[in-house]
Amino acid sequence: MTSSIETMSAAPAVGSFTPEAFAAHLASLPPGLPAWWLERKRAAYARFAALPMPGRTDEAWRFSNISGLTLDGFALPAAATATPYAPIGIKKSAKLVFANGRLFSREVLAADLVARGVIVDTLQNALVRHEALVKEHLLAQPPKFGPGKFSALHEAFLADGAFVYVPKGVELEHPIGLFHYALGADAAVFPHSLVIAADQAKVTIVEYFGSTDDTEAQFAAGANDLYAGHGAQLTYIGKQDWSHRALSFQSNSTVVRRDARVQSLNLHLGARQARHESLSQLQAPGAFSEMLALTVARETQEFDQRTLQIHQAPNTKSDLLYKNALLDQAKTIFSGLIVVDPDAQKTDAYQSNRNLMLSEQAEANSLPGLEIQANDVRCTHGATSSRIDPEQEFYLQSRGIDKTTADELLTFGFFEEVLNRLADEDLHAALRTLIQTKFTK
Amino acid sequence: MSSLVIQDLHVAIGEKEIVKGLSLTINSGEVHAIMGPNGTGKSTLSKAIAGHPDYTITSGDVLLDGASILEKEADERARAGLFLAFQYPSEIPGVSIANFLRAAVQARMAEGEELDATAYYKRLYAKMDMLKIDRKFTSRSVNEGFSGGEKKRCEILQMAMLEPKFALMDETDSGLDIDALRIVSEGVNTLRGPDLGVLMITHYQRLLNYIVPDYVHVMWDGRIVKSGDKSLALELEAKGYDWVKKELALA
Ligand SMILES: Nc1ncnc2c1ncn2[C@@H]1O[C@H](COP(=O)(O)OP(=O)(O)OP(=O)(O)O)[C@@H](O)[C@H]1O
Ligand SMILES: [Mg+2]
Repeated sequence: MTSSIETMSAAPAVGSFTPEAFAAHLASLPPGLPAWWLERKRAAYARFAALPMPGRTDEAWRFSNISGLTLDGFALPAAATATPYAPIGIKKSAKLVFANGRLFSREVLAADLVARGVIVDTLQNALVRHEALVKEHLLAQPPKFGPGKFSALHEAFLADGAFVYVPKGVELEHPIGLFHYALGADAAVFPHSLVIAADQAKVTIVEYFGSTDDTEAQFAAGANDLYAGHGAQLTYIGKQDWSHRALSFQSNSTVVRRDARVQSLNLHLGARQARHESLSQLQAPGAFSEMLALTVARETQEFDQRTLQIHQAPNTKSDLLYKNALLDQAKTIFSGLIVVDPDAQKTDAYQSNRNLMLSEQAEANSLPGLEIQANDVRCTHGATSSRIDPEQEFYLQSRGIDKTTADELLTFGFFEEVLNRLADEDLHAALRTLIQTKFTK
Repeated sequence: MSSLVIQDLHVAIGEKEIVKGLSLTINSGEVHAIMGPNGTGKSTLSKAIAGHPDYTITSGDVLLDGASILEKEADERARAGLFLAFQYPSEIPGVSIANFLRAAVQARMAEGEELDATAYYKRLYAKMDMLKIDRKFTSRSVNEGFSGGEKKRCEILQMAMLEPKFALMDETDSGLDIDALRIVSEGVNTLRGPDLGVLMITHYQRLLNYIVPDYVHVMWDGRIVKSGDKSLALELEAKGYDWVKKELALA
């Protein structure tokens, strides 16, 4: 009864994520988790419950469809029984599959990699077995895209996720696959991946978020922590393919240490409304972060991307390229900020958002920004929106290719600049195949 | 046997009439050359037939095997057997030759039919070898950064792959060096045969030494004003367009 009164009053709202639901969640956790973690979860829940829902005047939510943000009607789902659909297979070093927040299946690492100290495990196990590492890195970066109501919700309800640790000097030949599924109507999930590439380590992570049914309303509040130690090379591919009726929040945080290189590419396909926050902190000289994203926005979908490139040390580099293809009545928001701290001289930062408008009714919003406190830096940013070039379209049509297929080819042509940044041919091909599904639907 | 019949065609760009009543019948197996001064409407004619949306056909008709194609979209016309080799082919960044041609070949297959990738590449490589195009070009973006001559060769490669009934070749010889002209001409001559009709727009009689036309037409101010056999091209070369102009004035 109290909850219905709460949801009727403006804010702060908890919706389906009531104190009772939180208590039930805590009770469902396995025994033996560290006390500090449970304490953090309780504090996170209190923050979540106290924070108001984002409002129309919130700068951090500018252009977002506020009325689409709802916490009502969702439930913590039961364990999955059916095998989730398995997306395109590329060879993996190891694989963890989560369904409705629980480990569903796994493919373990080869024995030699285990012997060399590589760890691919659940977060629940890691909290016990590798407590110090988890404590140091798990959700260690405070929210920087507003007060963080949904980040707090994630931390409060995070049950399990992936933990990857690649020790010093170890290079993995094949990617590690992390899969998160939401199964069933109204399912609420809280996926998390924590990836630590120690000094000189090299690893590629491929993370997939998906539903089995494209018509079910679902809710996701996910996050990940990526850490690249001294000289490490970390490649991260995220593929968001939730149900087209899902509401999704994802907050990614990347820490790049001395001479480390991180390349991330986020592909956004699913959800009715998806917010994706991406934070890159370049903490020591020589650090490099390449931030890439591709979005196919259709029908009435909204993709809301917020980025921060924070240069905290001299001689650091970041390069952001976000490309959106918009069809139908879809909407995108790109809000990106480059921050250069006072002593981060010789920063080289680049930020570009490009939108391909395939429909008159689609809407792309772009808010590029700079906040520079050092004087010897090179920062460039820009945003463009363009339409399909009619001469190119005619050229393709004159070869017998129909207009829809021609536009699809031209969209892939537009995306190629991003896909080409991937060194791995198989990954490139797998991403193309997945993007293709969005056009054939 | 197929035919492409252009009947008293009038084409406008915006309000401006460019093609002003042009009639021409091309039967398969025939090669027709059209020559004419700059700006006379040759490219306009070819693009209008191919279905470019900027060109309005104000009257007249174009019949392929007896049926009007004017209501068809450009892609339908192409699938019905028309091919336009562009004077200025578009550059399409990010779309590889291989993917582009595959889509064009696939567009001609029946619903549900699968493309045999091995056979496709075999055929593609054979045509590329014929036109002396480096196989590495398959992974390059369509026309992007191609030299003028490479673009023209790529047009003929597409024509070879798509096997049209009628090809409209707009200044395919422009920008080709002597060797390339020979290679492209040999390519076209290989494709030439009872199943192909060609409308070849050119400024240079030299091309007609390589691809010998059955008919030569002179286009002037949106119309065909003179037709003949290949000797007409030689006469034009010798006397220039002023000769045509004088004849027109007399008439
Ligand atoms: N898209 C367009 N918009 C406006 N005018 C155009 C357009 N395309 C062609 N024209 C005009 O139409 C006329 C005929 O042009 P067209 O390109 O058909 O000539 P052409 O005979 O092919 O000439 P060339 O020998 O130089 O290739 C020219 O005056 C040209 O400027
Ligand atoms: Mg021309």
